[in-house]
Amino acid sequence: MSLDSATIRRIASLARIRLEEADVGRMQNELNGILGWIEQLQAVNTDGVEPMAGGAPRGEPAMRQRPDAVTDGGQPDQVLANAPDRAHDYFAVPKVVE
Amino acid sequence: MHPTDFTLRGAIDALNEGIISSVELTQAHLDAIGKLNPRLNAYITVTGEQALAQAKASDKRRAEGGAGPLEGVPLAIKDLFCTAGTRTTAGSKILGNFVPPYESTVSGNLLRDGAVFLGKANLDEFAMGSSNGTSAFGPVENPWSRRNDPDTRLVPGGSSGGSAAAVAARLALGATATDTGGSIRQPAAFCGIAGIKPTYGRCSRFGVVAFASSLDQAGPVARTVEDCAILLKSMSGFDPKDSTSADVPVPDFAAACARGVKGLRIGIPKEYRLDGMPAEISALWQQGMDWLRAQGAELVDISLPHTKHALPTYYVVAPAEASSNLARYDGVRYGLRQTAADSDLRDLYERTRAAGFGDEVKRRIMIGTYVLSAGYYDAYYLKAQKVRALIRRDFDEAWTKCDAILTPATPSAAFGMDEKQDDPVAMYLNDVFTVTANLAGLPGLAVPAGLSAEGLPLGLQVLGRAFDEETVFAVGTALEHAANFTALPGLRASA
Repeated sequence: MSLDSATIRRIASLARIRLEEADVGRMQNELNGILGWIEQLQAVNTDGVEPMAGGAPRGEPAMRQRPDAVTDGGQPDQVLANAPDRAHDYFAVPKVVE
Repeated sequence: MHPTDFTLRGAIDALNEGIISSVELTQAHLDAIGKLNPRLNAYITVTGEQALAQAKASDKRRAEGGAGPLEGVPLAIKDLFCTAGTRTTAGSKILGNFVPPYESTVSGNLLRDGAVFLGKANLDEFAMGSSNGTSAFGPVENPWSRRNDPDTRLVPGGSSGGSAAAVAARLALGATATDTGGSIRQPAAFCGIAGIKPTYGRCSRFGVVAFASSLDQAGPVARTVEDCAILLKSMSGFDPKDSTSADVPVPDFAAACARGVKGLRIGIPKEYRLDGMPAEISALWQQGMDWLRAQGAELVDISLPHTKHALPTYYVVAPAEASSNLARYDGVRYGLRQTAADSDLRDLYERTRAAGFGDEVKRRIMIGTYVLSAGYYDAYYLKAQKVRALIRRDFDEAWTKCDAILTPATPSAAFGMDEKQDDPVAMYLNDVFTVTANLAGLPGLAVPAGLSAEGLPLGLQVLGRAFDEETVFAVGTALEHAANFTALPGLRASA
């Protein structure tokens, strides 16, 4: 299966990456090259195989739950220290509600 | 002896015996960085003043009798580990100005044990690459060059290319690195040093910029297997801040190095004999088998039948996880923000991510977004997770027949900086021998074992059972002793 240019634009939109019209063709070629190579997985018989979700080598459920307790907080200046734009103790973005 | 030529173990002994101070050792490395880093580009950020202050404090602690296991040892930290107050870029423009207010658990463990940080090592952008060529801060040069072609500049491998080049060129005694598909072992092999990716869960991922969370593991690179063992002990340990961190005891890895291989069963997987594999790689592999047999190990033929599907599996799973992890870079909370005069919020996201990510990162986000999208999830992502389960099952069966597995580390020696850069799939094939360990969550060690006909280092890889790094270190040390790899790169501090 091969991706057409409309699908490339749709994926870029889902990924929130601005794709200039001049770059669509190149991206299309590259992604089709990679996906064509990945296609060989379809030939593997995986009937009845449980998917491996996490990285734990013994297949045990890797995720541990911790108590639902506050362990940190009260440091807005550290949280906001790298913000490109801030207003008071908030991250600032362009106006989203008219 | 020049202070930068110490092994890490040797430096610890010299510091303990008062032969050298941490300030002297650190200054020697900073001088070496000043001399060679403009060419090698192994460090993105050099923290000289901070390193000397840490070294001074370390010498004081030692004088007062409070020396830690890594007291006064200067290290490089891959610029994927958050370091409090020191810029952490992940090799990306999108984090080009990011200064973490907190310390990663792994780098914090090293500081707890007395280490000195020389600076932040260069890497492929978000650890995505096998040549260090995708870094937004420029490529890293391998300190080695071809015997008959010394002018062609070679890649150090990737993604931990800066870490490996810095250690090989004697710009650090050791370095932190990370490995998602081979990013510790491939650059270690290309640069003639050792490096281990431990079992998934051995090192905390807290504060390590995420690429593919079910595959990412931190580990050390250093010039000897024992040096890696010493560093790994400090880096490891349970961390409640990482929900996948393994709550298991951390053994004395360095003690395991001397165990020997007598009586160990070493698996030789037939599927790793690739069509068209260079003769010198096959010969080195055979040499490794002979070395282990001569030291009392038993060689066992094994089969890992799903090996050939490992790379395509990886190139579904890793981009899928990356597309999700990298969604956080949106120009709102940290990092780059790019807008036009009339940008709304969505346009801000799209412009920021277009300007902030490089081509390889964009490709992987796009692939990941596609394989996770409605209608394709089962055909690609779920399918890959099932094949991944089969790859792990192959290893489970192999461990009934053997105690460790020996393979080549890479399918070739280091290549030129202008080679393989135009074909993503050709670049991905670099990880053909290493990627299975990430998919199965197992430990893998690269050991320098010989030179190619062109005079470049070649490595062997040892794979082990989950949480059995000790056997991996024992086998790696046996190979290291037999190989007696003493060749040196042309570009190094004391040359």
